[in-house]
Amino acid sequence: MMNTICIMCPMGCPLTIEEKDGVITVQGQTCPRGKKYGEQEYSAPVRTLTTLIRRADGGMASAKTSAPIPKDKIREAAEYVGKLTVSADSKIGDVVEENFFADGVNLVITGIA
Amino acid sequence: MIKKYDVVVIGGGPAGMAAALSALKKGAKVLVVERDVRLGGILNQCIHNGFGLHYFGEELTGPEYADRFVKLVESEDIDVMLESMVLRLTPDKKVEILSPEGYITVEAGAVVLAMGCRERTAGAIAVPGTRPAGVYTAGMAQKLCNMKGYLVGKKVVILGSGDIGLIMARRMTLEGAKVELVLELMPYSSGLKRNIVQCLNDFDIPIKYAHTITRLEGSPRLTGLYYAPVDENRNPILEKEEYVSCDTLLLSVGLIPENDLLSGMDVEMSPITSGAVVDENRMTSIPGVFSCGNVLHVHDLVDNVSREAEIAGGAAADYALGNVTAGDTVSVRATDGVRYALPQRITKGGEGKVDVFFRTVDVYTKKRIVVEVDGNEIYSRKTMILAPGEMEKITLARQDLVGDVIVRLK
Ligand SMILES: Cc1cc2nc3c(=O)[nH]c(=O)nc-3n(C[C@H](O)[C@H](O)[C@H](O)COP(=O)(O)OP(=O)(O)OC[C@H]3O[C@@H](n4cnc5c(N)ncnc54)[C@H](O)[C@@H]3O)c2cc1C
Ligand code: SF4
Repeated sequence: MMNTICIMCPMGCPLTIEEKDGVITVQGQTCPRGKKYGEQEYSAPVRTLTTLIRRADGGMASAKTSAPIPKDKIREAAEYVGKLTVSADSKIGDVVEENFFADGVNLVITGIA
Repeated sequence: MIKKYDVVVIGGGPAGMAAALSALKKGAKVLVVERDVRLGGILNQCIHNGFGLHYFGEELTGPEYADRFVKLVESEDIDVMLESMVLRLTPDKKVEILSPEGYITVEAGAVVLAMGCRERTAGAIAVPGTRPAGVYTAGMAQKLCNMKGYLVGKKVVILGSGDIGLIMARRMTLEGAKVELVLELMPYSSGLKRNIVQCLNDFDIPIKYAHTITRLEGSPRLTGLYYAPVDENRNPILEKEEYVSCDTLLLSVGLIPENDLLSGMDVEMSPITSGAVVDENRMTSIPGVFSCGNVLHVHDLVDNVSREAEIAGGAAADYALGNVTAGDTVSVRATDGVRYALPQRITKGGEGKVDVFFRTVDVYTKKRIVVEVDGNEIYSRKTMILAPGEMEKITLARQDLVGDVIVRLK
């Protein structure tokens, strides 16, 4: 069983998600979007990582995953990025790594601080 | 030599950039003055995503959203002065600027105010105890972390559950700090549900509603603090005080428009928004002086900032180029659960539609938004939920606005 809040609208319905014999049920939602969100959060929750990367010249760049990656990989991915250094002339849109903690997802530069 | 421009935009954040581009499209000669070393404003430090879904139809991070506008501004015939701070604005629209070239005065046909906002601190700091190091506003911590790569502390408590504080809870956790607790004075969060879930719950960071700080401890650096639940009058119940050890306190207790430049001028201000009172073109009570973005009222969505600034910039160009005729206005008043509505004035007799933005006083479920003119309902919409943290928009037909307008909840 899992408890969470639906984030699809400001109502923020409290959801209870349960699995019995392979069937997932969602309770607490006010509309169908909550059911879909609850099922996703239960079976395969994903998050976009936005974080910082050190530049070779000592400055900072910001980066994101081009698409959400599995939620349980977020901390590990952030730690990994913390050890990377990108070149001083990095620019917005540069791909730092391909297939970053998920197939088809890239780690891309979003800004130069 | 005195320089002259049709439109001078003060501030080069998302509001200033959108206003400048829109003024240029109308044929105005435009100057943007920005005190920072680069354009982009607060967006440069907001490395999280959630920007641009409405304006660009895709989810961008702050720097990416800013970059799209910076590239446009740089490719167009817009003059930009960086590291240049506007120190004074006069009612006859002379703009006095401290720049790397010295003190410069620019004569403007019209001025667009786009100075953004700053973080509240005063009320929140008024807690007993020591005045230790280690107390930051959430935005200051964000700037140090995201622009300089400097983590302000290791054991963190956050006061206030505004979005900046929530975003920083996640940011600092991912950077290796431990966020012990978030305290919120109100019984609900002023931040987005999404941020509660993805910035706190995802990392098992507890949030205590209807709680506040009672005492700070430590010298010279913060070592811990006491907190307690509050009663219905928001006074702390001291018998229930608890202690948490921490080296850092982040304040995320709201934003306030940065309108110091207007203090010497006779501008009509709204005590509720802390911004100027404006008409549908975002013109203030001083003809030719316009206001948009967070300096006018605090926005939660940058997309709305860009749209509002386009209105102000275009209208400023029209004013400077002499393409406007002044007309009578009707007032727009907020009551019954509506905290404020903006614009506060609308010119009578216009055609087409006009958008009115508003915020509610409290969280309300199943209310009807009602707009009345001379006692007649001209607009009505049912809502599931309304919250102070979410700006609402209603679109009115201008032909209906024959008298003063009242926005209320029923
Ligand atoms: C921490 C944080 C998180 C946010 N998260 C989101 C989000 O997830 N999604 C979203 O859509 N929106 C978000 N917002 C809101 C959005 O970023 C702001 O509403 C928007 O940046 C406001 O734009 P602005 O141009 O009015 O102000 P700003 O971006 O603050 O720009 C004002 C500019 O004016 C300059 N200036 C001020 N005074 C002077 C002067 N006297 N002379 C010269 N220059 C001056 C400043 O240096 C600054 O560059 C967030 C805001 C903050 C603060
Ligand atoms: S279930 Fe529907 S009404 Fe409830 S929060 Fe989700 S989207 Fe909103």
